[in-house]
Amino acid sequence: MNATLDKTSFEPRLTAFVCNWCTYTGADLAGTSRLQMDANVRIVRLPCTGRIDPLFIVKAFERGADGVIVSGCHPADCHYTSGNYHARRRFAFFKELIEFLGLPEGRITFSWVSASEGQKWREVVNDATARVRALGPFSGYPGTELPAWPAAGAPAPNPAPGGGGER
Amino acid sequence: MKELRDLATKLLAEGTVNVVLGWEEGPRGVRPAFATDAAAAGRLVFDPRCTQNLVPYLSPRRTQVKKLGKAAVVVKGCDARAVAGLVRETQLAREDVVVIGVRCGGVIADPASPEPLSPATVADRCPGCNSREPKLADHTVGELPAAPPGESRRDVRIADLEARTADERWAFWQDELGRCVRCHACREACPMCFCERCVADKTQPQWVDSSPHPRGAFAWNVTRALHLAGRCVDCGECERACPVDIPLGLLNLKLARVASERFGYTATDDPAVPSPVGSFQKDDAQEFIL
Ligand code: SF4
Ligand code: SF4
Ligand code: SF4
Repeated sequence: MNATLDKTSFEPRLTAFVCNWCTYTGADLAGTSRLQMDANVRIVRLPCTGRIDPLFIVKAFERGADGVIVSGCHPADCHYTSGNYHARRRFAFFKELIEFLGLPEGRITFSWVSASEGQKWREVVNDATARVRALGPFSGYPGTELPAWPAAGAPAPNPAPGGGGER
Repeated sequence: MKELRDLATKLLAEGTVNVVLGWEEGPRGVRPAFATDAAAAGRLVFDPRCTQNLVPYLSPRRTQVKKLGKAAVVVKGCDARAVAGLVRETQLAREDVVVIGVRCGGVIADPASPEPLSPATVADRCPGCNSREPKLADHTVGELPAAPPGESRRDVRIADLEARTADERWAFWQDELGRCVRCHACREACPMCFCERCVADKTQPQWVDSSPHPRGAFAWNVTRALHLAGRCVDCGECERACPVDIPLGLLNLKLARVASERFGYTATDDPAVPSPVGSFQKDDAQEFIL
Protein backbone atom coordinates (compact mmCIF):
# COMPACT_ATOMS: atom_id res chain seq x y z
CA MET A 1 0.00 0.00 0.00
CA ASN A 2 1.19 3.46 -0.85
CA ALA A 3 2.60 5.77 1.77
CA THR A 4 0.22 8.52 0.66
CA LEU A 5 -2.77 6.70 2.12
CA ASP A 6 -3.92 8.53 5.21
CA LYS A 7 -7.37 8.83 6.68
CA THR A 8 -8.08 12.41 5.63
CA SER A 9 -6.97 12.41 2.00
CA PHE A 10 -9.37 11.48 -0.81
CA GLU A 11 -8.83 8.02 -2.17
CA PRO A 12 -10.36 7.76 -5.64
CA ARG A 13 -12.01 4.65 -6.99
CA LEU A 14 -10.92 3.72 -10.48
CA THR A 15 -12.36 1.02 -12.69
CA ALA A 16 -10.08 -0.53 -15.29
CA PHE A 17 -11.48 -2.30 -18.33
CA VAL A 18 -8.69 -4.42 -19.76
CA CYS A 19 -8.32 -7.12 -22.34
CA ASN A 20 -7.60 -10.64 -21.33
CA TRP A 21 -4.56 -11.22 -23.52
CA CYS A 22 -2.27 -8.26 -22.97
CA THR A 23 -3.12 -5.83 -20.23
CA TYR A 24 -4.64 -8.33 -17.83
CA THR A 25 -1.59 -10.50 -18.23
CA GLY A 26 0.59 -7.42 -17.85
CA ALA A 27 -1.21 -6.50 -14.64
CA ASP A 28 -0.77 -10.08 -13.49
CA LEU A 29 2.92 -9.78 -14.20
CA ALA A 30 3.06 -6.59 -12.17
CA GLY A 31 1.51 -8.54 -9.31
CA THR A 32 3.72 -11.60 -9.54
CA SER A 33 6.74 -9.29 -9.82
CA ARG A 34 5.57 -7.72 -6.56
CA LEU A 35 5.58 -4.23 -7.97
CA GLN A 36 4.18 -1.68 -5.54
CA MET A 37 1.39 0.46 -6.92
CA ASP A 38 -1.69 2.40 -5.87
CA ALA A 39 -4.46 0.07 -4.73
CA ASN A 40 -7.31 2.21 -6.08
CA VAL A 41 -8.02 0.30 -9.25
CA ARG A 42 -10.63 -2.43 -9.70
CA ILE A 43 -9.99 -4.46 -12.81
CA VAL A 44 -12.70 -5.82 -15.08
CA ARG A 45 -11.31 -8.36 -17.52
CA LEU A 46 -12.80 -8.63 -20.99
CA PRO A 47 -11.84 -10.80 -23.94
CA CYS A 48 -10.69 -7.89 -26.09
CA THR A 49 -10.64 -4.10 -26.22
CA GLY A 50 -13.15 -4.53 -29.02
CA ARG A 51 -15.54 -5.84 -26.37
CA ILE A 52 -15.30 -2.67 -24.28
CA ASP A 53 -18.50 -0.79 -25.01
CA PRO A 54 -18.20 2.91 -24.13
CA LEU A 55 -21.38 2.33 -22.13
CA PHE A 56 -19.26 0.36 -19.65
CA ILE A 57 -17.38 3.55 -18.92
CA VAL A 58 -20.54 5.60 -18.51
CA LYS A 59 -21.92 2.88 -16.25
CA ALA A 60 -18.81 2.90 -14.10
CA PHE A 61 -19.19 6.64 -13.50
CA GLU A 62 -22.89 6.20 -12.81
CA ARG A 63 -22.10 3.66 -10.15
CA GLY A 64 -19.54 5.74 -8.32
CA ALA A 65 -16.20 5.43 -10.09
CA ASP A 66 -14.09 8.58 -9.97
CA GLY A 67 -11.96 7.52 -12.91
CA VAL A 68 -11.68 4.83 -15.55
CA ILE A 69 -8.76 3.12 -17.27
CA VAL A 70 -9.18 1.39 -20.61
CA SER A 71 -6.28 -0.74 -21.75
CA GLY A 72 -5.49 -3.45 -24.23
CA CYS A 73 -2.98 -4.87 -26.66
CA HIS A 74 -0.68 -2.62 -28.66
CA PRO A 75 -1.61 -2.12 -32.31
CA ALA A 76 -0.71 -5.21 -34.35
CA ASP A 77 -0.77 -7.37 -31.21
CA CYS A 78 -4.48 -8.04 -30.90
CA HIS A 79 -5.25 -11.67 -30.18
CA TYR A 80 -8.21 -11.33 -32.52
CA THR A 81 -6.18 -9.46 -35.15
CA SER A 82 -8.14 -6.23 -35.34
CA GLY A 83 -10.26 -5.72 -32.19
CA ASN A 84 -7.98 -2.99 -30.90
CA TYR A 85 -8.00 -1.13 -34.22
CA HIS A 86 -11.79 -1.00 -34.17
CA ALA A 87 -11.75 -0.03 -30.49
CA ARG A 88 -9.27 2.76 -31.21
CA ARG A 89 -11.70 4.37 -33.64
CA ARG A 90 -14.61 3.97 -31.29
CA PHE A 91 -12.70 5.44 -28.37
CA ALA A 92 -11.53 8.35 -30.49
CA PHE A 93 -15.19 9.24 -31.05
CA PHE A 94 -16.01 8.56 -27.42
CA LYS A 95 -13.18 10.66 -26.05
CA GLU A 96 -14.09 13.65 -28.19
CA LEU A 97 -17.79 13.32 -27.36
CA ILE A 98 -17.23 13.05 -23.63
CA GLU A 99 -14.92 16.05 -23.65
CA PHE A 100 -17.51 18.03 -25.59
CA LEU A 101 -20.06 17.03 -22.97
CA GLY A 102 -17.73 18.42 -20.32
CA LEU A 103 -16.34 15.40 -18.53
CA PRO A 104 -13.00 16.69 -17.22
CA GLU A 105 -10.02 15.45 -19.15
CA GLY A 106 -7.97 13.08 -17.03
CA ARG A 107 -10.80 11.02 -15.57
CA ILE A 108 -10.46 8.52 -18.39
CA THR A 109 -7.09 7.03 -19.27
CA PHE A 110 -6.50 5.01 -22.43
CA SER A 111 -3.36 2.91 -22.76
CA TRP A 112 -1.77 -0.02 -24.50
CA VAL A 113 -0.08 -2.39 -22.07
CA SER A 114 1.35 -5.66 -23.32
CA ALA A 115 1.73 -8.90 -21.38
CA SER A 116 5.39 -8.09 -20.70
CA GLU A 117 4.83 -4.52 -19.53
CA GLY A 118 4.11 -4.98 -15.83
CA GLN A 119 6.23 -1.93 -15.21
CA LYS A 120 4.18 0.17 -17.62
CA TRP A 121 0.95 -1.01 -15.99
CA ARG A 122 2.24 0.26 -12.68
CA GLU A 123 2.95 3.65 -14.23
CA VAL A 124 -0.45 3.82 -15.88
CA VAL A 125 -2.18 2.96 -12.60
CA ASN A 126 -0.14 5.37 -10.50
CA ASP A 127 -0.47 8.23 -12.99
CA ALA A 128 -4.19 7.75 -13.48
CA THR A 129 -4.77 7.55 -9.74
CA ALA A 130 -2.73 10.70 -9.15
CA ARG A 131 -4.66 12.57 -11.85
CA VAL A 132 -8.03 11.54 -10.47
CA ARG A 133 -6.96 12.22 -6.91
CA ALA A 134 -6.06 15.76 -7.96
CA LEU A 135 -9.43 16.18 -9.69
CA GLY A 136 -11.30 15.06 -6.59
CA PRO A 137 -14.40 12.89 -6.36
CA PHE A 138 -16.64 12.63 -9.41
CA SER A 139 -19.99 14.17 -8.57
CA GLY A 140 -21.18 14.94 -12.04
CA TYR A 141 -24.86 14.09 -11.79
CA PRO A 142 -26.68 16.89 -10.02
CA GLY A 143 -29.54 15.73 -7.85
CA THR A 144 -28.16 12.23 -7.52
CA GLU A 145 -25.44 12.85 -4.96
CA LEU A 146 -25.55 10.60 -1.96
CA PRO A 147 -27.11 12.38 1.03
CA ALA A 148 -24.89 13.84 3.70
CA TRP A 149 -23.85 11.46 6.42
CA PRO A 150 -26.43 11.73 9.21
CA ALA A 151 -25.44 12.91 12.66
CA ALA A 152 -25.23 10.15 15.24
CA GLY A 153 -28.71 9.16 16.35
CA ALA A 154 -30.50 10.97 13.49
CA PRO A 155 -32.97 8.96 11.40
CA ALA A 156 -31.66 7.42 8.21
CA PRO A 157 -31.82 9.83 5.24
CA ASN A 158 -34.08 9.29 2.26
CA PRO A 159 -32.43 7.69 -0.75
CA ALA A 160 -30.96 10.01 -3.34
CA PRO A 161 -33.50 11.36 -5.81
CA GLY A 162 -33.45 9.53 -9.07
CA GLY A 163 -32.92 6.27 -7.27
CA GLY A 164 -29.53 5.38 -5.85
CA GLY A 165 -30.85 1.89 -5.25
CA GLU A 166 -28.76 -1.05 -6.33
CA ARG A 167 -30.32 -3.58 -8.59
CA MET B 1 -44.12 20.19 -59.19
CA LYS B 2 -45.78 18.93 -62.38
CA GLU B 3 -42.60 17.09 -63.30
CA LEU B 4 -42.64 15.30 -59.93
CA ARG B 5 -46.34 14.43 -60.13
CA ASP B 6 -46.05 13.21 -63.72
CA LEU B 7 -43.07 11.05 -62.88
CA ALA B 8 -44.82 9.55 -59.84
CA THR B 9 -47.96 8.88 -61.87
CA LYS B 10 -45.93 7.24 -64.62
CA LEU B 11 -43.97 5.02 -62.23
CA LEU B 12 -47.22 3.86 -60.62
CA ALA B 13 -49.06 3.41 -63.95
CA GLU B 14 -46.37 1.32 -65.57
CA GLY B 15 -46.11 -0.78 -62.42
CA THR B 16 -42.45 0.03 -61.75
CA VAL B 17 -43.42 0.76 -58.15
CA ASN B 18 -46.48 0.24 -55.98
CA VAL B 19 -46.07 3.27 -53.77
CA VAL B 20 -44.36 6.65 -54.00
CA LEU B 21 -43.17 8.22 -50.76
CA GLY B 22 -43.37 11.99 -50.99
CA TRP B 23 -44.95 15.01 -49.36
CA GLU B 24 -48.48 16.40 -49.64
CA GLU B 25 -50.51 19.22 -48.10
CA GLY B 26 -51.83 18.31 -44.68
CA PRO B 27 -53.83 20.12 -42.05
CA ARG B 28 -50.61 21.53 -40.56
CA GLY B 29 -48.24 22.26 -43.41
CA VAL B 30 -46.83 19.42 -45.46
CA ARG B 31 -46.85 15.84 -44.31
CA PRO B 32 -45.43 12.55 -45.59
CA ALA B 33 -47.58 10.95 -48.30
CA PHE B 34 -47.79 7.36 -49.47
CA ALA B 35 -49.15 7.62 -52.99
CA THR B 36 -50.44 4.37 -54.39
CA ASP B 37 -52.62 5.71 -57.21
CA ALA B 38 -52.68 8.50 -59.77
CA ALA B 39 -54.95 10.69 -57.64
CA ALA B 40 -52.56 10.59 -54.71
CA ALA B 41 -49.58 11.07 -57.02
CA GLY B 42 -51.28 14.21 -58.31
CA ARG B 43 -51.28 15.67 -54.80
CA LEU B 44 -47.52 15.37 -54.23
CA VAL B 45 -45.66 18.60 -53.54
CA PHE B 46 -42.11 19.74 -53.06
CA ASP B 47 -41.26 23.14 -51.65
CA PRO B 48 -39.14 24.57 -48.79
CA ARG B 49 -41.54 23.16 -46.22
CA CYS B 50 -40.65 19.58 -47.12
CA THR B 51 -38.15 19.20 -44.33
CA GLN B 52 -39.12 15.63 -43.32
CA ASN B 53 -36.76 12.86 -44.29
CA LEU B 54 -38.85 10.00 -45.72
CA VAL B 55 -36.05 7.45 -45.80
CA PRO B 56 -36.73 6.10 -42.28
CA TYR B 57 -39.83 4.50 -43.85
CA LEU B 58 -37.49 2.33 -45.91
CA SER B 59 -35.61 1.01 -42.91
CA PRO B 60 -36.18 -2.72 -42.35
CA ARG B 61 -37.92 -1.89 -39.07
CA ARG B 62 -40.81 -0.29 -40.99
CA THR B 63 -42.74 -3.27 -42.23
CA GLN B 64 -45.86 -1.15 -42.85
CA VAL B 65 -44.35 0.46 -45.93
CA LYS B 66 -42.79 -2.76 -47.12
CA LYS B 67 -46.26 -4.32 -47.19
CA LEU B 68 -47.35 -1.76 -49.79
CA GLY B 69 -44.88 -3.27 -52.26
CA LYS B 70 -41.97 -1.79 -54.12
CA ALA B 71 -41.39 1.84 -53.25
CA ALA B 72 -40.10 4.97 -54.88
CA VAL B 73 -38.93 7.66 -52.49
CA VAL B 74 -38.55 11.38 -53.08
CA VAL B 75 -35.29 12.60 -51.59
CA LYS B 76 -33.47 15.84 -51.05
CA GLY B 77 -29.68 15.67 -51.06
CA CYS B 78 -29.48 15.05 -47.34
CA ASP B 79 -32.13 12.31 -47.54
CA ALA B 80 -30.19 10.65 -50.36
CA ARG B 81 -27.31 10.22 -47.91
CA ALA B 82 -29.71 8.22 -45.73
CA VAL B 83 -30.56 5.93 -48.66
CA ALA B 84 -26.84 5.49 -49.21
CA GLY B 85 -26.39 4.76 -45.50
CA LEU B 86 -28.97 1.98 -45.59
CA VAL B 87 -27.45 0.52 -48.74
CA ARG B 88 -23.91 0.79 -47.31
CA GLU B 89 -24.97 -1.08 -44.21
CA THR B 90 -26.87 -3.72 -46.23
CA GLN B 91 -30.26 -2.78 -44.82
CA LEU B 92 -31.64 -1.99 -48.24
CA ALA B 93 -30.83 -3.33 -51.68
CA ARG B 94 -30.30 -0.49 -54.11
CA GLU B 95 -32.45 -2.16 -56.77
CA ASP B 96 -35.35 -2.51 -54.31
CA VAL B 97 -36.04 1.22 -54.31
CA VAL B 98 -36.52 3.86 -56.99
CA VAL B 99 -34.94 7.11 -55.88
CA ILE B 100 -36.45 10.37 -57.11
CA GLY B 101 -34.09 13.21 -56.31
CA VAL B 102 -35.31 16.79 -56.01
CA ARG B 103 -33.00 19.75 -56.47
CA CYS B 104 -33.15 21.70 -53.26
CA GLY B 105 -32.67 25.27 -52.11
CA GLY B 106 -32.99 24.56 -48.43
CA VAL B 107 -35.96 23.86 -46.19
CA ILE B 108 -37.50 25.51 -43.17
CA ALA B 109 -36.99 23.94 -39.78
CA ASP B 110 -40.68 23.46 -39.02
CA PRO B 111 -42.79 21.99 -41.84
CA ALA B 112 -45.97 23.30 -40.17
CA SER B 113 -44.79 26.90 -40.18
CA PRO B 114 -46.42 29.33 -42.62
CA GLU B 115 -43.25 31.45 -42.70
CA PRO B 116 -41.25 31.59 -45.92
CA LEU B 117 -37.66 30.37 -46.15
CA SER B 118 -35.39 32.98 -44.56
CA PRO B 119 -32.20 33.07 -42.50
CA ALA B 120 -34.43 32.93 -39.41
CA THR B 121 -36.53 29.93 -40.44
CA VAL B 122 -34.02 27.85 -42.40
CA ALA B 123 -33.18 24.40 -41.00
CA ASP B 124 -29.83 24.25 -39.24
CA ARG B 125 -28.32 21.83 -41.70
CA CYS B 126 -29.02 23.80 -44.86
CA PRO B 127 -26.75 26.87 -44.91
CA GLY B 128 -23.58 25.88 -46.74
CA CYS B 129 -25.09 22.58 -47.94
CA ASN B 130 -23.10 21.06 -50.78
CA SER B 131 -25.43 18.20 -51.69
CA ARG B 132 -28.42 20.10 -53.01
CA GLU B 133 -28.55 17.92 -56.08
CA PRO B 134 -28.73 14.25 -55.10
CA LYS B 135 -26.30 12.05 -57.02
CA LEU B 136 -27.78 8.79 -55.80
CA ALA B 137 -31.00 9.09 -57.82
CA ASP B 138 -32.70 7.26 -60.65
CA HIS B 139 -34.56 10.42 -61.63
CA THR B 140 -33.82 13.99 -60.71
CA VAL B 141 -36.51 16.63 -61.00
CA GLY B 142 -36.82 20.41 -60.69
CA GLU B 143 -34.52 23.31 -61.34
CA LEU B 144 -31.71 24.00 -58.89
CA PRO B 145 -32.98 26.90 -56.72
CA ALA B 146 -30.75 29.55 -55.16
CA ALA B 147 -28.54 28.42 -52.28
CA PRO B 148 -30.18 28.29 -48.83
CA PRO B 149 -30.20 31.62 -47.00
CA GLY B 150 -28.36 32.38 -43.78
CA GLU B 151 -25.29 31.05 -42.07
CA SER B 152 -24.71 28.02 -39.91
CA ARG B 153 -25.92 28.65 -36.38
CA ARG B 154 -24.47 25.36 -35.21
CA ASP B 155 -20.88 26.31 -36.03
CA VAL B 156 -21.22 29.34 -33.79
CA ARG B 157 -22.76 27.34 -30.96
CA ILE B 158 -20.12 24.63 -31.14
CA ALA B 159 -17.30 27.18 -31.17
CA ASP B 160 -18.89 28.91 -28.20
CA LEU B 161 -19.16 25.66 -26.26
CA GLU B 162 -15.63 24.62 -27.08
CA ALA B 163 -14.34 27.92 -25.77
CA ARG B 164 -15.89 27.25 -22.37
CA THR B 165 -14.35 25.26 -19.52
CA ALA B 166 -15.18 21.59 -19.08
CA ASP B 167 -17.28 22.37 -16.01
CA GLU B 168 -19.30 24.93 -17.89
CA ARG B 169 -19.85 22.50 -20.72
CA TRP B 170 -20.90 19.82 -18.26
CA ALA B 171 -23.40 22.22 -16.66
CA PHE B 172 -24.72 23.22 -20.09
CA TRP B 173 -25.27 19.64 -21.18
CA GLN B 174 -26.66 18.46 -17.87
CA ASP B 175 -29.19 21.25 -18.19
CA GLU B 176 -30.04 20.36 -21.79
CA LEU B 177 -30.02 16.59 -21.40
CA GLY B 178 -31.75 16.91 -18.03
CA ARG B 179 -34.93 17.76 -19.95
CA CYS B 180 -34.85 14.47 -21.84
CA VAL B 181 -38.01 12.50 -21.16
CA ARG B 182 -36.60 9.30 -22.68
CA CYS B 183 -39.32 9.11 -25.28
CA HIS B 184 -36.82 7.80 -27.86
CA ALA B 185 -38.47 9.86 -30.57
CA CYS B 186 -34.94 10.78 -31.71
CA ARG B 187 -34.32 7.11 -32.32
CA GLU B 188 -37.63 6.42 -34.03
CA ALA B 189 -37.18 9.32 -36.44
CA CYS B 190 -33.64 8.40 -37.42
CA PRO B 191 -33.05 6.58 -40.71
CA MET B 192 -29.87 5.05 -39.37
CA CYS B 193 -31.33 3.75 -36.07
CA PHE B 194 -32.52 0.45 -37.46
CA CYS B 195 -31.56 -2.07 -34.78
CA GLU B 196 -34.35 -4.51 -34.15
CA ARG B 197 -33.59 -4.41 -30.48
CA CYS B 198 -32.06 -1.22 -29.11
CA VAL B 199 -29.59 -1.45 -26.25
CA ALA B 200 -31.70 1.15 -24.46
CA ASP B 201 -34.59 -1.31 -24.35
CA LYS B 202 -32.60 -4.11 -22.80
CA THR B 203 -33.52 -4.92 -19.24
CA GLN B 204 -31.33 -7.87 -18.35
CA PRO B 205 -28.98 -6.25 -17.67
CA GLN B 206 -30.36 -2.79 -17.95
CA TRP B 207 -27.59 -0.88 -19.66
CA VAL B 208 -29.37 2.43 -19.86
CA ASP B 209 -31.55 3.47 -16.93
CA SER B 210 -35.00 3.92 -18.37
CA SER B 211 -36.28 6.64 -16.07
CA PRO B 212 -35.73 10.26 -17.09
CA HIS B 213 -33.22 11.24 -14.44
CA PRO B 214 -29.83 12.79 -15.18
CA ARG B 215 -27.91 9.55 -15.29
CA GLY B 216 -30.30 7.74 -17.60
CA ALA B 217 -30.63 10.78 -19.83
CA PHE B 218 -26.86 11.16 -20.04
CA ALA B 219 -26.26 7.48 -20.74
CA TRP B 220 -28.95 7.44 -23.41
CA ASN B 221 -27.73 10.51 -25.21
CA VAL B 222 -24.11 9.39 -25.12
CA THR B 223 -25.25 6.07 -26.54
CA ARG B 224 -27.42 7.58 -29.26
CA ALA B 225 -24.75 10.04 -30.36
CA LEU B 226 -22.00 7.41 -30.35
CA HIS B 227 -24.02 4.82 -32.21
CA LEU B 228 -24.56 7.42 -34.92
CA ALA B 229 -20.94 8.61 -34.94
CA GLY B 230 -19.61 8.33 -38.47
CA ARG B 231 -23.05 7.11 -39.60
CA CYS B 232 -25.28 10.14 -39.08
CA VAL B 233 -26.30 11.68 -42.39
CA ASP B 234 -27.26 15.03 -40.84
CA CYS B 235 -30.89 15.00 -41.87
CA GLY B 236 -31.90 16.74 -38.67
CA GLU B 237 -34.84 14.46 -37.92
CA CYS B 238 -33.74 13.56 -34.39
CA GLU B 239 -33.60 17.15 -33.26
CA ARG B 240 -36.87 17.97 -35.00
CA ALA B 241 -38.54 15.00 -33.31
CA CYS B 242 -37.31 15.87 -29.84
CA PRO B 243 -40.26 17.19 -27.83
CA VAL B 244 -38.05 19.13 -25.42
CA ASP B 245 -35.77 20.75 -28.01
CA ILE B 246 -32.47 19.25 -26.98
CA PRO B 247 -29.85 20.43 -29.50
CA LEU B 248 -28.97 16.92 -30.66
CA GLY B 249 -27.64 18.37 -33.90
CA LEU B 250 -24.71 19.85 -31.97
CA LEU B 251 -23.65 16.40 -30.79
CA ASN B 252 -24.10 14.96 -34.27
CA LEU B 253 -22.15 17.74 -35.92
CA LYS B 254 -19.36 17.54 -33.37
CA LEU B 255 -18.93 13.84 -34.08
CA ALA B 256 -19.20 14.41 -37.83
CA ARG B 257 -16.25 16.76 -37.50
CA VAL B 258 -14.30 14.11 -35.61
CA ALA B 259 -15.07 11.69 -38.43
CA SER B 260 -13.82 14.17 -40.96
CA GLU B 261 -10.75 15.42 -39.10
CA ARG B 262 -9.55 12.07 -37.83
CA PHE B 263 -10.75 9.66 -40.49
CA GLY B 264 -11.28 11.85 -43.54
CA TYR B 265 -14.93 10.84 -43.80
CA THR B 266 -17.85 13.08 -44.69
CA ALA B 267 -21.40 11.81 -44.97
CA THR B 268 -22.01 11.12 -48.62
CA ASP B 269 -24.68 9.67 -50.87
CA ASP B 270 -22.15 7.30 -52.40
CA PRO B 271 -22.82 3.90 -50.80
CA ALA B 272 -19.44 2.58 -51.94
CA VAL B 273 -17.54 4.87 -49.55
CA PRO B 274 -16.90 2.83 -46.39
CA SER B 275 -18.11 4.25 -43.11
CA PRO B 276 -15.45 5.18 -40.56
CA VAL B 277 -16.87 2.72 -38.05
CA GLY B 278 -16.51 -0.85 -39.09
CA SER B 279 -13.32 0.03 -40.92
CA PHE B 280 -9.92 1.23 -39.72
CA GLN B 281 -6.44 2.24 -40.78
CA LYS B 282 -3.46 0.73 -39.03
CA ASP B 283 -1.99 4.21 -38.57
CA ASP B 284 -5.07 5.95 -37.17
CA ALA B 285 -4.07 8.77 -34.83
CA GLN B 286 -3.74 7.59 -31.24
CA GLU B 287 -2.36 10.60 -29.42
CA PHE B 288 -4.90 10.06 -26.62
CA ILE B 289 -3.64 6.55 -25.86
CA LEU B 290 -0.67 6.16 -23.52
S1 SF4 C 1 -29.34 19.95 -46.20
FE1 SF4 C 1 -29.09 20.50 -48.38
S2 SF4 C 1 -30.29 18.99 -49.50
FE2 SF4 C 1 -30.94 18.86 -47.34
S3 SF4 C 1 -32.72 20.24 -47.20
FE3 SF4 C 1 -30.93 21.48 -46.66
S4 SF4 C 1 -30.23 22.40 -48.60
FE4 SF4 C 1 -31.65 20.76 -49.12
S1 SF4 D 1 -28.81 11.12 -35.94
FE1 SF4 D 1 -30.37 12.66 -36.44
S2 SF4 D 1 -29.45 13.86 -38.11
FE2 SF4 D 1 -28.28 11.96 -37.95
S3 SF4 D 1 -29.20 10.54 -39.39
FE3 SF4 D 1 -30.23 10.18 -37.42
S4 SF4 D 1 -32.03 11.53 -37.43
FE4 SF4 D 1 -30.66 12.23 -39.09
S1 SF4 E 1 -36.32 12.81 -28.50
FE1 SF4 E 1 -35.42 14.20 -26.99
S2 SF4 E 1 -36.57 13.80 -25.09
FE2 SF4 E 1 -36.97 12.07 -26.47
S3 SF4 E 1 -35.38 10.53 -25.90
FE3 SF4 E 1 -34.55 11.74 -27.62
S4 SF4 E 1 -33.36 13.37 -26.60
FE4 SF4 E 1 -34.73 12.51 -25.04
